[in-house]
Amino acid sequence: MIQTLAFYLFAGLVIASAVMVIMARNPVHSVLWLILAFFNAAGLMVLVGAEFIAVLLVIVYVGAVAVLFLFVVMMLDIDFAAMRAGFVRNFPLGLAIAAILLAELFLGIGAYNAGGLQLGTPDGANQAAMGASNIEAIGALLYGPYIILFEIAGIILLVAMIGAIVLTHREAKPGARGRQDIGKQISRRPDEATIMKNPESGQGVEL
Amino acid sequence: MDYASSFALIAPELLLTASGLVLLLVAAFGGDKMARPIAILAAATLFGAGIMLLPGLHSGVMGLDTYAFGTLMRADAFALFAKAMIYLAAIGCLMIAPPYFAQAANGNERGMRAEYPILVLFAVLGMSIMVSASDFMTLYLGLELNSLAAYVLASVMRNDAKSSEAGLKYFVLGALASGILLYGMSLLYGFTGSTEFGAVRAGLSGEMGTGALFGLVFVLAGLAFKIAAVPFHMWTPDVYEGAPTPVTAFFATAPKVAAVALIARVALEVFGEQAAAWQQIVMFLALASIVVGALGAIGQDNLKRLLAYSSINNVGFILLGLAVANAAGASAMMIYLFIYVAMSLGSFVALLMLRGEDGTLYETFDDIKGLSSTQPVIAWALLLLMFSLAGIPPLLGFYGKFVIFQATVEAGLVAFGAIAIAASVIGAFYYIKFVKVMFFDEPVDRVTGKSTAAHWALLLITAVIISPLGYLLTPSLTDLADKAADALFLVS
Repeated sequence: MIQTLAFYLFAGLVIASAVMVIMARNPVHSVLWLILAFFNAAGLMVLVGAEFIAVLLVIVYVGAVAVLFLFVVMMLDIDFAAMRAGFVRNFPLGLAIAAILLAELFLGIGAYNAGGLQLGTPDGANQAAMGASNIEAIGALLYGPYIILFEIAGIILLVAMIGAIVLTHREAKPGARGRQDIGKQISRRPDEATIMKNPESGQGVEL
Repeated sequence: MDYASSFALIAPELLLTASGLVLLLVAAFGGDKMARPIAILAAATLFGAGIMLLPGLHSGVMGLDTYAFGTLMRADAFALFAKAMIYLAAIGCLMIAPPYFAQAANGNERGMRAEYPILVLFAVLGMSIMVSASDFMTLYLGLELNSLAAYVLASVMRNDAKSSEAGLKYFVLGALASGILLYGMSLLYGFTGSTEFGAVRAGLSGEMGTGALFGLVFVLAGLAFKIAAVPFHMWTPDVYEGAPTPVTAFFATAPKVAAVALIARVALEVFGEQAAAWQQIVMFLALASIVVGALGAIGQDNLKRLLAYSSINNVGFILLGLAVANAAGASAMMIYLFIYVAMSLGSFVALLMLRGEDGTLYETFDDIKGLSSTQPVIAWALLLLMFSLAGIPPLLGFYGKFVIFQATVEAGLVAFGAIAIAASVIGAFYYIKFVKVMFFDEPVDRVTGKSTAAHWALLLITAVIISPLGYLLTPSLTDLADKAADALFLVS
């Protein structure tokens, strides 16, 4: 019972917040709705008993969203003063969303403790080894039968890295301003760099 | 699953990966001055990987022995034939790149970047994985590897606004197409319970549900984008025009082969029992591509844009062979693909040779007026290539169109064949315009620069292949294409 309730809550909120991501006029709001969508998707994962993927979803995607957020803030011209002006007015709404997230958290934990949601009948072939935890089961598949796909994914990431460097890295010209020559800095000796003077009073110093 | 035999089956891919990684280290420590040796080594690697394909290609391997890593990949005769074409095309594209990038006049002050051949190598690795995929997951990873490298290659001349624009356009639309493809794949997985081609085929047998049909349409739409079939062709002229010409030559050949092989495998193997469901779609894609490719090119002044429309037109003919949905059609498709790669590579090499005294590349009709009096060899080679693209006998381009029409007519699709013939007559207009401008207009004497030996060699090789001498190749080509098609139809 509690699982079904939680499922419809999470599923409904994923769809609703996904709609809001594309409907919101303010890009910062879009990003916040996106975070809500990810949290609810993670809740769905918890319900089917894939708690590792749920945690991964939150850590990776919310981490990625933080980066996305930075990009939005850096690339778009957003008036933060105007946004802050509505703080008191929007405070109840923010409180409501926080309350929903908190309620979902309890509901998710409760549903998880009540046992996983049964999705169809499992057949023997795809069942995880008895007693294996989520992480073990994923590891056994990822580094076993699907090792080649894992390696190809690694190559894809390497190509992405090469691409980013090829397209954006600009070699600074030697001798350009602001360029450090660390070797030169280290090889400086105190007796070359400083001199001791004993100025007479009222005479000044000639350097 | 036996790792040793699996690794033996994907030996060409392993060689490409290892060489790509080693060359990357060379590039990292050697810098851009190592670009030319890296390009030569990359071409040599591709050649070596091509040699590895020969035994399997010769005996026409197929069946269970060709599966690697469970059912994730397969190296059957069809995959090997496609790989051989991809490697050959990529070697050609690596050969023509260094002289182009060495010219400072093209807004490229840095010379060739050391990463360029490495990206080509990884793109080829992606294509190689694509054509030997027998699981939707492998398919998607191969496709992404290829596309990601291609996006970077398109915008490799980052100080050139057009090149950056081409890269961005390709990236945004390519990402959209990947999303559509992925959505289709997830629908198919949901309705059949597997991502493996054989299991999806089994799951789809009998009456096809609406959900699975949606999946099929999305997968075909995503793949049609990658081969630039109408109505998913909008990016092609812009990307082909904006990307540096060696990259355009690469896009028009190797990835095209890979994507066509992929769409053929997905249509004929995964949806093999549902031919009625996709035949109409592919037929529409084919005829629309032929007609739009023929009509769209007429108003073009830029030669690269014109060749982009020409490639759309050619993809239409290739899809016509697929729409027949039998082994004869698939075989005709592979033959046409080979001839198309030769013609396309030759045309782009010829474009690269249209350079002025200071190395500026010319790429409009105005620049090649009266080319026959100043550069007779290039003009005659272009004449052969254009007549071949138009399908005028006795050049080899005619043979390609001939086998496609033969397969179409034998399958009883006479009306569609007739439309395609009518459109190819329209298309002949702009190919012949090329010849008219080169041979009968007042010379403007702009193309005066010298070309390097690599360009000359490649131009002459492709010209010989598409000349009537190329018919000597057809028996072995037909043999290979038949074996490839048989491997594709083994499951049915």
